Amino acid sequence: MRKYEIVFVLRPDMAEEEVDKLITQMEGVVTGTGGKVEKIEKMGRRRLAYRVAGHREGHYVLFLAEALGDTVKEFERRLKVTDTVIKYLTVRVDEDLQRAEKYKAFRAKQEARRPRSKASAAAPSAPPAAATETA
Amino acid sequence: MADPRAGAAPAERPARREGGGGGRKQYFRRRKVCKFCTEKIDVIDYKDVRLIAQFVSERGKILPRRLTGTCSPHQRTLTLAIKRARNIALLPFATGT
Repeated sequence: MRKYEIVFVLRPDMAEEEVDKLITQMEGVVTGTGGKVEKIEKMGRRRLAYRVAGHREGHYVLFLAEALGDTVKEFERRLKVTDTVIKYLTVRVDEDLQRAEKYKAFRAKQEARRPRSKASAAAPSAPPAAATETA
Repeated sequence: MADPRAGAAPAERPARREGGGGGRKQYFRRRKVCKFCTEKIDVIDYKDVRLIAQFVSERGKILPRRLTGTCSPHQRTLTLAIKRARNIALLPFATGT
């Protein structure tokens, strides 16, 4: 299972209820193809940086799902078919999150190591402590 | 005479040029450090427009590392984030005339 982040932009003239309806529909697509929805976020109505299909604004909706490639394929097909969707973007995020986790762990390790070296350096004189600070 | 700072007093020398010597423009340039390293941002999110917009010029171009001080690994991920943001219309491809 991989983690995907799918953002899509809906036409600005859509009513809130319509947006919600589409969201539940898309949620059904994910669960129906064996995926798991982790987060759905309505990022709200935003100004587009450039004109898309004649619109200057759009409703942004974010999906975070744990799923297989087939789910994404079906999801994107549905987005393409739906006329109210003016733009979408799918990003695979599990690798990035893993990398972030690694960095975090690395920093935690360094953090754990630092106080010890500082404590041992503090006793003889001040300069070594300053050196470890910058290092 | 050998000490360049000794000549700082004469009136013909501009006051702001404190470093003296060389005749080259001397001003203190702050050392640039990578924002993502100092703030410990591991994942540069393409949806965070407020953050990413700082690394884009007024015309929507990606600013070079030499101007922003971003480190090489972060510049690479930042570039990807900017391109994603452009794709989903959060950032412009080009602006202005």
